[in-house]
Amino acid sequence: MIIQLDVCENPEGFSGQIAADNVAAIWELLEQVKDPEIPVLSLRDLGVLRNVENSAGKIVVTITPTYSGCPALDVMQEDISKVLTANGIVDVEVKTVLSPAWTTDWISTEGKQKLEKFGIAPPAGATLANRPERCPLCASSATSLISEYGSTACKAMYQCDDCKESFCYFKVI
Amino acid sequence: MKLIMSDLRDKDLLLQFTLRLGDDALILGHRLSEWCRNGPFLEEDIALSNIALDYIGRARMHYSYASDLSEGEKSEDDFAFLRECRDYQNFLINELPRGDFAQTMARQLILDVFYTLQLEQMSQSKDATLAAIAGKAIKETKYHLRRSTDWVLRLGDGTEESHNRLQAGFDAIWGYVPEMFEQDEVEEKLVKLGVAVNTKDLKPEWEKQIGAILKEATIDVPQQEWTVRGGRAGFHTEHLGHLLSELQYMQRSYPGLEW
Ligand SMILES: [Zn+2]
Repeated sequence: MIIQLDVCENPEGFSGQIAADNVAAIWELLEQVKDPEIPVLSLRDLGVLRNVENSAGKIVVTITPTYSGCPALDVMQEDISKVLTANGIVDVEVKTVLSPAWTTDWISTEGKQKLEKFGIAPPAGATLANRPERCPLCASSATSLISEYGSTACKAMYQCDDCKESFCYFKVI
Repeated sequence: MKLIMSDLRDKDLLLQFTLRLGDDALILGHRLSEWCRNGPFLEEDIALSNIALDYIGRARMHYSYASDLSEGEKSEDDFAFLRECRDYQNFLINELPRGDFAQTMARQLILDVFYTLQLEQMSQSKDATLAAIAGKAIKETKYHLRRSTDWVLRLGDGTEESHNRLQAGFDAIWGYVPEMFEQDEVEEKLVKLGVAVNTKDLKPEWEKQIGAILKEATIDVPQQEWTVRGGRAGFHTEHLGHLLSELQYMQRSYPGLEW
């Protein structure tokens, strides 16, 4: 899947400071692009942002979807393009790769901390046997599964046996 | 590893096979999406809608690859929305009406066990793209299977009503199972090329796993004396046309519509 995006006309906040050949600076810039459904996590925290390279003057950004049907993928592609064009990088291609398949192991340690602060228990343990380590609200380890699927495919719903609040858990995949 | 298809004929076979996998996913995904706002309770409604989305995503990846294989002659949407009933080559079991919740769970268990076995092997396909799609899908399917197993146990070993409904659900669709383990010429050739999976070989393991779950759920393995087949050849039940009339409505009424 190669998705070529339109270039923004008259980009807002154009700074013109980032040279297109400065790949490291582009990684920094893309820190601004957040997961549309978990806005505290950047695509880099999430491990969705796989690569940035300069291919003969064109900036090629490679991302990978979390789940096959993740509806946030299109928004992520648009947001990457918007941020780059707003900073003067107009020759951009956002590529989607499927292999190797995304895994929650790619969520950075910082990303996991941000998730918990946001009220989502971060992934913990081995696939299928996994469950939240603790309630993100009161830190109790006594929690019960409500449903294998939450507001999105990547989350399950749990309830804390102590504070009784229900919360989302980011499943290991 | 990139597979070089030896001639045009092999490439056509690959396109056809890719479309079959896409059709399986799209049609089942559509059936599951019908539970959206019809689920027995909110959490279940959300779970089924999320699983539907996994399948629709899987369909998109296959159709997108099919579009590449057609060298841009057809788009992903053309494959999904603008073909005739006879052009779809999904398994018949995927197109059957959703029935009640028990029947949906019966079908889901049948398919989830099948897909965990099939995708595991597909992820080793010599076709790099099909392998990548399978490598992604298998992770999702393992969660689907855990959930459908759980429900089959709860319903089968639940009340008399839930037990009877689940048994009836399996009985009603069991004759559509054999087709999943048959290979036509197209797939036989692709199996030889290391692209497709010989599903015939998966049957003993499938029977073993399903048998164990049904036993625990106190459900009898149906002794069906009838089988229906034809999906891979484009011969469908009367249900697919109705499904497509809903699925394709927007593109048929407003050709080229985008949002
Ligand atoms: Zn708590």
